[in-house]
Amino acid sequence: MFNFLIRRLVVAVLVAATVMTLAFILTRLSGDLATSIAGPNATQADIEAIRQAYGLDRPVLAQFFDWVGRALTGDLGESYFFKARVSTLIAERMPITLTLGLTGLVIALVVSLPLGILAAVRENTGLDRVVQMVALFGQAMPSFWLGLILMITLGLNLGWLPISGTGSWQHFVMPGIVLAFSAIPALTRLTRAGMIQAMGSDYIRTARAKGLSRASILLKHALRNAAIPVVAIAAVQLGFMLGGSIVIEQVFALHGVGFLAWESIGKNDFPVVQAVVLVLAVIYVALTMVADLMNAVLDPRLRGP
Amino acid sequence: MSALLDVEGLEVGFGSRTSAVRGTSLTVERGETHCLVGESGCGKSVTALAVMNLLARGGHRTARRMTFQGKDLLKLNDGGMAKLRGNAMAMIFQEPMTSLNPAYTVGSQMTEVLRRHKGASQRAATDRAADLLARVGITAPGLRLGQFPHQLSGGLRQRVMIAMALMCDPQLLIADEPTTALDVTVQAQILRLLAELQRDLGLGMLLITHDLGIVARVATRVSVMYAGEVVESAATAQLFADPRHPYTKGLLRCVPVPGKQRQDEPLGSIPGTVPRIGPGFAGCAFRERCDFADETCAHIIPRHAASPGHDYLCRLPA
Repeated sequence: MFNFLIRRLVVAVLVAATVMTLAFILTRLSGDLATSIAGPNATQADIEAIRQAYGLDRPVLAQFFDWVGRALTGDLGESYFFKARVSTLIAERMPITLTLGLTGLVIALVVSLPLGILAAVRENTGLDRVVQMVALFGQAMPSFWLGLILMITLGLNLGWLPISGTGSWQHFVMPGIVLAFSAIPALTRLTRAGMIQAMGSDYIRTARAKGLSRASILLKHALRNAAIPVVAIAAVQLGFMLGGSIVIEQVFALHGVGFLAWESIGKNDFPVVQAVVLVLAVIYVALTMVADLMNAVLDPRLRGP
Repeated sequence: MSALLDVEGLEVGFGSRTSAVRGTSLTVERGETHCLVGESGCGKSVTALAVMNLLARGGHRTARRMTFQGKDLLKLNDGGMAKLRGNAMAMIFQEPMTSLNPAYTVGSQMTEVLRRHKGASQRAATDRAADLLARVGITAPGLRLGQFPHQLSGGLRQRVMIAMALMCDPQLLIADEPTTALDVTVQAQILRLLAELQRDLGLGMLLITHDLGIVARVATRVSVMYAGEVVESAATAQLFADPRHPYTKGLLRCVPVPGKQRQDEPLGSIPGTVPRIGPGFAGCAFRERCDFADETCAHIIPRHAASPGHDYLCRLPA
């Protein structure tokens, strides 16, 4: 178990390093940063001044190692546009993004676990097929479109929920639903497949031969085994949701990290873009590690002899 | 007093095309071991699962009579049946490696049976589980209770299954080829254990096997199944001494007996395979492999009594 953790940690560090490199390269590939920061009306002298002020005249490798070295000490640099520490900018907005992501995950689990169990118990019936169809549509639906539809129906026509901003918990419900929709199909199908496999297994026959109640057979014996892959994928899905919040935060005007990234890309505020990509990647890697750990907790076979 | 388990005319089908069991009748008395023998696919396991009402999805059973301790099993709903299972009638399976839930400890899986059926406290159930693990020959029961199935060998897991089946003091134990998946030395140990428990606890046992060596050692009574039917049933000594059905005779010829067989004499075998039987099949299912078959074998076959308690299904006269 300890060796397993060490191995996972090494891989996580390598992934983070790769993401840092890619984020750095991609922001440089988007054109001459000094020119775009200076704007269309700037003179050549202005551009040169900006280039020197931001250290863009230095060799690319020097810039890279400078950035990496400072990022390792927690210094993510300064935003050109906001004139503030990037770490402060992200820290201020992170709670909103995390709240949104967790809301989405909770909604997704609350919907997909019962749906998956139901579909598995009623395998190959009309109900099963309806659930599968819903999952299919959920998968195919673009999130910004679903967001707009919800705003029009729940927000404007029915007036049940606020359509933008972050004033109260109600503000997170609609974006949470939209975000959940991206995860529901995968989680539902995974739950269904896991439950079908578990229900056909020898240990479920044993549980029935022991005369256990239907609830105990389904929820204690089958779901516990079916849930192992679901938990892993749910943690990974949370990572996707945090990344996917870039679109949703924009649609619902939630000023989280995704919104910050969106703004910064538009303004070519590359220290912020680099930092957001790095932070989201680190969170994602951490979540996959959490998923592995939870797997080990749920599946005793992974804990070793 | 009626038999512990009394089944008459059991039919099991899967979908509308295959008949897995066709009119099987058998009884298990208190304190006896009834062996059900036959080749793979002859309906032994399906018969046992039908009695426990544990047939896989798509399987349906009917019977003229099916009683346990005088109770009509056919009239029990799922809930009523669940109250009997694991309680008065218990079952152990062929696959010890996969029959325990990998996610729970041995202790948790054993105690839940007693807690469910007898409302025992966790502490009382744990004590009982430890006693039974010791009873089935597991050393350090306390340690084993805290372990997960993957930490146990196949033989140990089957012992755990047996101990778990005994948690509620069942009257009837159905053992479906409990030793098939185990290696030979462990097979002998498990069989000896089952025979011993059966004797000491006065269990009625329905033991399913295809191993006639096992039958000779532990059975009080034997029923030979072929293509979903019991073709011959007798007390063990009777069956080995005086087999009547050509299939039983064929089976017995396939077993080498030291001393009785000449070195140069080839071991017997039964040519052909078990036919697929659909609804509407009539006559003797063994006729295509039988040396004595003639055209009358395609008609309805009478059940003959060779002697009291010994009957067989064949046109050949007693």
